[in-house]
Amino acid sequence: MAEGKVDPVHQFTIEPLFGTDHWNIAGYNVAFTNSALWMAITAVVLMVFVAGGARRAVVPGRWQMAVEGFTGFVDNLLKSNIGESGRKYLPYIFSLFMFILFSNLLGLLPLALVGLHPFTATSHFTVTGVLAVMSFAIVLIVGFAKHGLHFFSLFVPHGTPVPMIPIIFPIELISFLVRPFSLGLRLFVAMMAGHVLLEVLSGFVISGTNAGVGIFFLAGVPSFLLMIGICALELLVAGIQAYVFALLTCVYLNDAENLH
Amino acid sequence: MPQIEQLATTYASQVFWLLVCFGLVFFVVGLGLLPKVTSTVDLRDRQIADDLAAAEAARAAADAEEEAWRVTANKQRAEAQALIAAAKVGAAKATEASLAVAAAKVDETLAAAEARIGAARQAALGEIESVAVEAAQDIVSRLAGLSVSTEQAQGAVKGALANG
Repeated sequence: MAEGKVDPVHQFTIEPLFGTDHWNIAGYNVAFTNSALWMAITAVVLMVFVAGGARRAVVPGRWQMAVEGFTGFVDNLLKSNIGESGRKYLPYIFSLFMFILFSNLLGLLPLALVGLHPFTATSHFTVTGVLAVMSFAIVLIVGFAKHGLHFFSLFVPHGTPVPMIPIIFPIELISFLVRPFSLGLRLFVAMMAGHVLLEVLSGFVISGTNAGVGIFFLAGVPSFLLMIGICALELLVAGIQAYVFALLTCVYLNDAENLH
Repeated sequence: MPQIEQLATTYASQVFWLLVCFGLVFFVVGLGLLPKVTSTVDLRDRQIADDLAAAEAARAAADAEEEAWRVTANKQRAEAQALIAAAKVGAAKATEASLAVAAAKVDETLAAAEARIGAARQAALGEIESVAVEAAQDIVSRLAGLSVSTEQAQGAVKGALANG
């Protein structure tokens, strides 16, 4: 075909925009890439969104209602998982949830229609991994600061018979240590799979349309209809994955805060 | 997969810019703007809770007021009933007393009248006797030409009257 074949993973390619050759910190190259650009856009959009809702009106307008809805949602999440002492984690969990949510949603915007290429930073495990390690580090710091070495009792559930402890302890320890990986990989895989699926389906639509009327109706149209549904599903996944990330961070923080 | 192919060349940039952007978000949004939003929500929630508590208190006060009013009203009604009953009893007693007085007066008048009637009859009887005595003396003197003493005539009249 003249257009060349559709590469479903090309959308994840990181393209340095500037600073490739001389932006170095301690020997590491920190070029400003399209990924960095979209993380910056996410940060700016998020700041504008929340700033618009911080007008402190007693009777809120629509924008303020939206922002208060998000803060209330995260606040409830912390309250139901950690309790009243969870309020101090609100700035971090809220930033985390909103950053992932906005990043996911901005990556889904159909900006290619006007020639821009949206980039989903959360489809890179270098990004989700850092977020996961950050959450895990906070859990460790809070856990050891609050409970000291007693924090290790987290790995021995209540009512474990003494002879079972040598077996249970390593199992619990491993499941605990796997947490940052599962946390980071879940978000990365969900975002990447969705975008690959959309790309593959759109490839079907393009190829099917080019291959003649018969194939167009046989493959192109059903793929297009499926894409519409998958787009809606992706919007849902964008929200759910942000929620899951924040929720699991809350659950892990609860372990550190309240032991058990 | 570019995520793995470009890992070696881009991870430093990815980590660096994520930390910059997320750090910016955390400090500006999480620590700067978020407290404003939550404090506004908390303030509103507290205001609503206060208003509800005030309304509840006002309702309780109104209930208490109504209860007190009902108690007072009941008491006053009972007092009024007692007053009416007392007045009734008093009126009945007064009526009874005045009736008794009137009855006594009537009885007295009746007794006096009876006494007067008795006295009158007695006087009338006495009169008849003396008239009869005089008439008897007169009749005797005229028929028989006898002069009968008053005592004699009187005895005869008395005997006749007693028999008659």
